Amino acid sequence: MPDQTRPFPAPDLPPRAGVGLKPQHYAEILATAPDLGFFEVHAENYMGAGGPPHRYLTAIRERYPLSLHGVALSIGGPRPLNRDHLARLRGLIDRYQPAVFSEHLAWSTHDAGYLNDLLPLPYTDETLQLVCDHVDEVQEAVGRRMLLENPSTYLAFTESTWDEIDFIAEIARRTGCGLLLDVNNVQVTCTNQMRDPGYYIDRYPHHAVGEIHLGGHDEDRDEAGRPLLIDSHDRPVDGPVWALYARTINRGGRKPTLIEWDNDVPAWAELQAEAHRAEAAMAQAEWAHDILV
Amino acid sequence: MTSWSERQSGFGEALLERGGALPEGLVGPDRKPSPRRFAVYRNNVILGLASGLAEAYPVVCRLVGEAFFRAMAADYAAGHPPSGPLMFTYGAGFPGFIEGFPPAAGLPYLADVARLERAWLEAYHAAEDPCIGPEALQALAPERLEAVRLRLHGSVRIVTSDFPVVTIWQAHMAEGVPPGIDPGPGGETALISRPGAEVQLRQMPAGAAEFLLSLVAGHGLGAAAEAALAADPGFDVARGVGELFSLGLVTGFVPGD
Repeated sequence: MPDQTRPFPAPDLPPRAGVGLKPQHYAEILATAPDLGFFEVHAENYMGAGGPPHRYLTAIRERYPLSLHGVALSIGGPRPLNRDHLARLRGLIDRYQPAVFSEHLAWSTHDAGYLNDLLPLPYTDETLQLVCDHVDEVQEAVGRRMLLENPSTYLAFTESTWDEIDFIAEIARRTGCGLLLDVNNVQVTCTNQMRDPGYYIDRYPHHAVGEIHLGGHDEDRDEAGRPLLIDSHDRPVDGPVWALYARTINRGGRKPTLIEWDNDVPAWAELQAEAHRAEAAMAQAEWAHDILV
Repeated sequence: MTSWSERQSGFGEALLERGGALPEGLVGPDRKPSPRRFAVYRNNVILGLASGLAEAYPVVCRLVGEAFFRAMAADYAAGHPPSGPLMFTYGAGFPGFIEGFPPAAGLPYLADVARLERAWLEAYHAAEDPCIGPEALQALAPERLEAVRLRLHGSVRIVTSDFPVVTIWQAHMAEGVPPGIDPGPGGETALISRPGAEVQLRQMPAGAAEFLLSLVAGHGLGAAAEAALAADPGFDVARGVGELFSLGLVTGFVPGD
C-alpha cells in the first residue's frame, strides 16, 4: 500500500530553468547575478571539509534556490547503502537547505570499489523490492522526499520482467518518492533499446515529476550499425531532445528544468543561452496550451 | 535464477577486465550480446576515472601530453578503482604509481610534481581553521618560548624534492608555450597552504624548510630552530616565526613544560 502520510515536504523549486553549477563559473555568476531559476550541484563535490567549493556554494545559495543531486548512493546496487554517505548527505542538506534532493536508479558501488558511473540494473520483483527499501531508507535518513532519476542505458538484462516506466512508477507509488525525468536519458535509452521516445514520454507518470533534466549526448554505432547514443553531458542539447522536452511540458506542465553540462564545460554565456532556450520552450508550450484549450 | 547480487558482482568484474568476457544475459535490442554496447560502460568507468585524474593533476598532464597522460591514468584506474565515492580524494597513490611507471622513467621529476599537485588538492579541500596572531606568544616569558609547540593550519603541506618542482609547476600552470625544463639546478621544497580563500604555493629556502618540517613533526620552537640552523647557519629564527604568523599558518599553540 502506498503510504501518503509521510511528513516529507513537497519539492519547491520554481518552474523555471536552472543550470549545473561548475567551478569555472563561480566568479562570473556572483559578479553578474544572472536571472535563473536555480542552480544544481553534485552532492559529492561538496563533501570536502572546507575550501573554495563551500565558500562559493554558500554565496550562491544565498542568492538562488538549490537542487542537490547525488551521483554515488548506488540505490540500485544489492549492497546495503553506505551509512557514512547517507550521513554526509544529511549534513549537506541541513547546511544548504536545498529545495530538492535527487538520486539515480543505478548502481556504482561494487566489491572491487566505487566504479564512478551510473550502472544499470535488471527490472525484476527482486530489484523492485530492493530499490524501494533503499529509497525508504534514503528518505528516512535525509528527512525528506527524494526524486529518483530514470537512467540512460546501453544494454538490456534478459531477466527483466518489468517495463522501465512501470518499474519506476511502482517505486514512486510504494515509497512516495518523486521523480526526476531526464528527457535526454529518455532519448538515449529509447534509441538504444529501439523504442519510441514519444510513447515513453506519453506514458510517464508526470504527476510525480518534480524536476526535468536536459543534456547533450554523443552518437556512435553498435556492431550491427544501429545507432548507439551515449549520455555524455559534453555539448548542447540535441534537436530531437528539445522536441521531446516540448512534448514533456505539454503533457506534464512547466517543471523546474536543469541544463546539465558536466564535461568540456562551455563559457558561461553559452550555458546560460541553453537555459534561456528551455525557458522559451516552457513559455511557448504554455502559450500553445492557452490557445488550444 | 541467479540473484542480483551475483549478477552485479560479475558485471563489475567484467568492467575492470579490459577485453575480458562479456557477462551473460546482457543484450542489445535484437536480444543478442553486444560487446560494443558493454564497452560504453567500460569506457565510462575507466575514461571517467582518467578524466578525474587529469583534472587533479593538470601540470603532470601538460608535462607528458594529453594522450600519454590518459593512457597512464587509465592503466592506474584499471588496477586501482576508487575505494569510496568522494572523487576528490581519488588518486592519492598516483604519484607513487608514476614513480614506478616505466614509460615515464625519462622524466624523473614527474612523480614529485604529482606530489605537489596532490598536496595542492588536499589544501584546497582542507577544513577552515582560523589563525591566531603573534600577540599570544608575546605574553609568555622569553625562556618559555623554546618549549612552545605551534599548531599549524590543517591545510599545510610540504613537498621536498631533488628537482626544481616549484619552478616546473609555476612554468606549466601559466597559459601559452611552457619553457624548457632544466632538472639539473638542484632540489626545491614547496610549502602549500590555504589559510584563507585561495591555495598558496611557495618555494622555501633550506633553513625555513627544516624549521617548518620540524614544527609539523611536533617539535618545540627550540628544537625546530636547531634543525633549521643546522641546515642554514644564517637562518633568522625570529623572522621565521614571524613569517609563519604573517602567512596565517599558526592556529594555536601548546605552551610546553
